[in-house]
Amino acid sequence: MNIIVCLKQVPDTETQIKIAADKQSIVTDDIKWVMNPYDEFGVEEALRLKEKHGGEVTVIGLGPKRVTESIRTALAMGADKGILITDDALEGSDSLAHAKALAAAIKELEYDLIFTGQRGVDDDLGIVGAAIAEFLGIPQLSLIVKVEVGEDGQSVKVERPIEGETLVITSPLPALITAQKGLNEPRYASLPGIMKAKKKPLAEKSLGDLGLDSSAFGPDARKLKILELTPPPARAAGKIIEGETPQEKAAQLAKLLHEEAKVL
Amino acid sequence: MAQGVWTIAEQRDGEIRKISYELVSEGRRLADALGQELTVVLLGANVKDKAGEFGAYGADKVLVADDARLEPYTTDAYVSVISQLVKSGEPALLLLGASVQGKDLAGRLAARLDVAMAQDCTAFAVEDGNLVATRPIYAGKAYAKVTFVNSWPQMAAARPKVMAINEPDPSRSAEVSDATFTLDDAELKTKVVDVIKDESGKVDLTEADKIVSGGRGMKGPENYNILEELADVIGASVGASRSAVDAGWRPHTDQVGQTGKVVSPNLYVACGISGAIQHLAGMSTSKIIVAINKDPDAPIFQKADYGVVADLFDVVPALTEEAKKYV
Repeated sequence: MNIIVCLKQVPDTETQIKIAADKQSIVTDDIKWVMNPYDEFGVEEALRLKEKHGGEVTVIGLGPKRVTESIRTALAMGADKGILITDDALEGSDSLAHAKALAAAIKELEYDLIFTGQRGVDDDLGIVGAAIAEFLGIPQLSLIVKVEVGEDGQSVKVERPIEGETLVITSPLPALITAQKGLNEPRYASLPGIMKAKKKPLAEKSLGDLGLDSSAFGPDARKLKILELTPPPARAAGKIIEGETPQEKAAQLAKLLHEEAKVL
Repeated sequence: MAQGVWTIAEQRDGEIRKISYELVSEGRRLADALGQELTVVLLGANVKDKAGEFGAYGADKVLVADDARLEPYTTDAYVSVISQLVKSGEPALLLLGASVQGKDLAGRLAARLDVAMAQDCTAFAVEDGNLVATRPIYAGKAYAKVTFVNSWPQMAAARPKVMAINEPDPSRSAEVSDATFTLDDAELKTKVVDVIKDESGKVDLTEADKIVSGGRGMKGPENYNILEELADVIGASVGASRSAVDAGWRPHTDQVGQTGKVVSPNLYVACGISGAIQHLAGMSTSKIIVAINKDPDAPIFQKADYGVVADLFDVVPALTEEAKKYV
C-alpha cells in the first residue's frame, strides 16, 4: 500500500500563548514546536498498516524549515520518505490555501490512503483534510478511531464515534482519513530509528516546484480574516465554600447550587 | 447579491437534534440584524412533517431536501445537496452546528463552495453586513474575532449548547417548500454499514446539561462509582480528564479536554482535577463550574464558580446525599 501522511507543527500544548502587539497574531519567540498531536495518530496508523499490508509511507509536512524536525520524527518512527513544502509565500495562508499546496504535492505521488489529523490544535479549524480530499476528488472519512483495510486493498472500513453511537463506514480506496484521538497510541521513535531517519530521503518543494502561483497564497489571499485576538473571556470570580467539615461544605454547596446558581 | 441567513438543521433517525434550535434562534437574531430572511435547510428521508416546527423558533422558510439517500447522513450526499441549494439560493450566511456531523460536513462543504469557514464559534455578530464570529483558538488560550473576505456565503459552525434557544412562538409559522436537487448514485462513495449504539444509554457529554468529571485525584477506576452515584441523583453524565483516560481508568469517549470532547453544560463538577489548560479547553464555556480538590493551589479554582477545598472522597458522597433534597 502507498500511504501518505500530512503533518504540521503547532505550539506544544504546555506553551503559554501571548498575543502580539498587533493583536492579529501570537508571539512566537519562546514557542516549543511539536508535531500536531492528531497528525501523530495519522503517522502511527500509516505505519501499522504498512506493517500489516506492506508498502511505503510518505510524510508531507507544510510550513517553515523547522517542520523538517517533525518530518524526521515521523521518519524515525518508521516512515520511508519525507517531503517538506516550504515557501515564504505560504506564510499567513489560510486553510484552503494550505490544502491546495498539499493536494498539489500529493497529486505527484501514488497513493491508496492519505492520513491527516482531524484538526490542528492551533487554529482548531479542521478544514485541511477535507479540503485536500475535495481537491483530489476522493472520499474523506473524518474523526476516525478505527481503520481496517479490505483484503483486496481496494476498500477501507472505519469507525467514527458520534454522540451516543459509533458509525461503521466503508469507502473505496483511494480515500483520505482524518485521525481522531483513540485511533492508536503513537510509538516513540527508537534510537536505531532516529539513526536510520538521517539517511531517508527528504525533499523540499516550493510553490513554484508544485506549479502553483504564489498569488493564491499568503495574507492577501485569505478568505478568513482575523480582526482581533483577545485573551479568553474572564469568568466572574468564584467563591470557596466555607465549612468546618467536608459534610458541611457539601451541604452549603448543594444549597448554593439550588438557590443561587439554580442548576440543582 | 447574496441574501438571507441559512441554517442547516441536524436530524438523526427523523428526530431533530437540539443544536438545530440553537441555530435557528441565533439565525433569527442575525437575520434581524441584517434585515434579511431566515431559511432552515432540512435534509433527510421522510422528514417533511418536522419542517413546520422551525417557524415557532423564528424561521421564515424551511427548505426540505427529502430523499432516501439522505438517511443516514453521509458527507457525499449532504455536501452535494447543500452545495446545489446554496448555488441556486445564494444565501449571505450559512450556519451549521459544530457537532461531530457538523465537523465532518463543514470542511468538505467549504472546499466544495470555495469559501472560508469559522469552526466551533461561541458568538456571532453582524458588522457592515458581514458575519463576525468569535471562536476559541489554541485550546481556548486565546479567542479570535474573525470575518470573511470575498467569501459567499459566509460560513460558520456554532459550538453546541452555547447559543440561547428562543421561546417558541406558536403564532409564528414558516413557509415550507421542497428543495430542487439531483443526486447521482455515482457520487455517493461512502456507506454507513452499521451503527453501534453506546451501551450505557447515557447522554453524550457534548449534549449533557450536567457533567460530573473525575481526574487523577480519583486514584483508580474503581472509585468512579461515587461519581456515578452523584450523577444518577442529579441527572448528569460522567466525564474524565486526560490523566484518567491515559491511565486506562475511563474510555476515550469520556475524555473532556483539548484532545477530548468540548462540553458546555449548565453544571460541570470537576472532582480531583487540577485544571490544566488542556482540560479547561474542553469545559471553559460551562455555565457553572464547581471544583472539588484537596489542593488549594489547584489551578481549577481560578476558573470555578464554587470551589470546595477538601477530600473528594468525603465531599462527593455527602454532596450526593444533600442533592437528594433538591432534585
